Amino acid sequence: MAGLELLSDQGYRVDGRRAGELRKIQARMGVFAQADGSAYIEQGNTKALAVVYGPHEIRGSRARALPDRALVNCQYSSATFSTGERKRRPHGDRKSCEMGLQLRQTFEAAILTQLHPRSQIDIYVQVLQADGGTYAACVNAATLAVLDAGIPMRDFVCACSAGFVDGTALADLSHVEEAAGGPQLALALLPASGQIALLEMDARLHEDHLERVLEAAAQAARDVHTLLDRVVRQHRAELRGGHRLVLGAGFPAADPAHLHVGERHGLHHGGGAVCGRRPCPGFCPGLRRPPQEVGGSASGLA
Amino acid sequence: MAMEMRLPVARKPLSERLGRDTKKHLVVPGDTITTDTGFMRGHGTYMGEEKLIASVAGSVERVNKLICVKALKTRYIGEVGDIVVGRITEVQQKRWKVETNSRLDSVLLLSSMNLPGGELRRRSAEDELAMRGFLQEGDLISVQAVFSDGAVSLHTRSLKYGKLGQGVLVQVSPSLVKRQKTHFHDLPCGASVILGNNGFIWIYPTPEHKEEEAGGFIANLEPVSLADREVISRLRNCIISLVTQRMMLYDTSILYCYEASLPHQIKDILKPEIMEEIVMETRQRLLEQEG
Repeated sequence: MAGLELLSDQGYRVDGRRAGELRKIQARMGVFAQADGSAYIEQGNTKALAVVYGPHEIRGSRARALPDRALVNCQYSSATFSTGERKRRPHGDRKSCEMGLQLRQTFEAAILTQLHPRSQIDIYVQVLQADGGTYAACVNAATLAVLDAGIPMRDFVCACSAGFVDGTALADLSHVEEAAGGPQLALALLPASGQIALLEMDARLHEDHLERVLEAAAQAARDVHTLLDRVVRQHRAELRGGHRLVLGAGFPAADPAHLHVGERHGLHHGGGAVCGRRPCPGFCPGLRRPPQEVGGSASGLA
Repeated sequence: MAMEMRLPVARKPLSERLGRDTKKHLVVPGDTITTDTGFMRGHGTYMGEEKLIASVAGSVERVNKLICVKALKTRYIGEVGDIVVGRITEVQQKRWKVETNSRLDSVLLLSSMNLPGGELRRRSAEDELAMRGFLQEGDLISVQAVFSDGAVSLHTRSLKYGKLGQGVLVQVSPSLVKRQKTHFHDLPCGASVILGNNGFIWIYPTPEHKEEEAGGFIANLEPVSLADREVISRLRNCIISLVTQRMMLYDTSILYCYEASLPHQIKDILKPEIMEEIVMETRQRLLEQEG
């Protein structure tokens, strides 16, 4: 698109961020009571929901059981309303399969599968709104969900995307920046040891720049780790304090308030209806009191 | 027909629970617990380059030289002597596969099953063929667990255990069921409850006379009276409210919660405000009873 500057002279991106700045991250664990583990994450306008079942007995063919490890089964699904144009995606289409495979490779590297031989762990991820960085949001949501389910993992898996424009590496690309056609890299990192679980790039980038882009993505992933760590501790503090009311099937839906998706809007509309702004800009301009959020932008967390 | 609708409201944090220690050492995966190599590593940890690292999100527990991390929510991990309630998923040669909310389906061998009438004899080939007549897919049973190679092995050696008849099943997290001497309780309100260690709770009407229970094979299909059914529904809702407030489940807490809920209608118990009120009253009574 001619005329659209991805990076202005003063160093600001299209949405006003700096080159290395992440979008606002908000996450919640334990959103479904009927699944073993579940989590919801919002990275800017990208929203992803992850649900984990397991470890449980292998369903389907017994022959797939591995005698010394657990089988990790990942499925990715993108809602029809997740992109700008409504698009019906059949379940087994190429993009979903590829994402599922990438997620499986990422989590097989992180989950300690030797502890659960002959069982199966299912991870289902659904993208509710796609505004760039969907792989990263899926991995982050799935990490929280696996943690919620109590499945042993080597470390968190934190992911972020990165790009390269005008000699500067950008972290956490939004849809506008991805659509502009520059190189994009997706990185999934185990922060404590610095090991890379998955690195994916499908564009042309000069090898001299690779180092910089990789470093920007790694730093962004470490910042994501700081935020996710805070989310987990807060969730645990809530659980210990006993003030979590969780919605679940089998228990009649007594209180739709605990579907937190409407929560932020409900705050400033006086407990009334969810505001009808489409598309959701990711923040509420009419807010008098700041929403109860658990994450924040990671600027200055270098 | 009256309908009830609610609009979304912000979640309000409740006051801190009394007497609960929040000072435990909380870790997340990837956190180093200790660099001292003198400790033995237990569940929830792994050894990585000279350091002991946590692998689940939970609190660190130390028993002498053993360090383990207990996760907040896991599937049921079987221990010898536990009572569990399970559902048959498969009938195989010489054994049944039982779903008990654990990592693998549990196994109930034909030889571990008590025969109708309580007779003791070797299981013959006819017994094998008649397995489906005893227990089919979908039946609920209460058994005692014997932990073995990863899959829990079950047996129903005494006549107390066996197939369950009419009642209500509530599935909760295994960590909320308190370990006690006995898990079969006859509550004074008129129903009985089996608190399975795997988080499956079975509520059923108290049988009138405790005759020689025939190992539970004869399913009692007489219609249950309305009064009994109301007691059972109320108990089920009380258990659910205790669970959503993360309180431990045992006979005393369930009973106090039942009594606290009597002024309300059964269907109102699940409304958040009433749930909080009932559980707070229960908590109060339990504290008074302890201290």
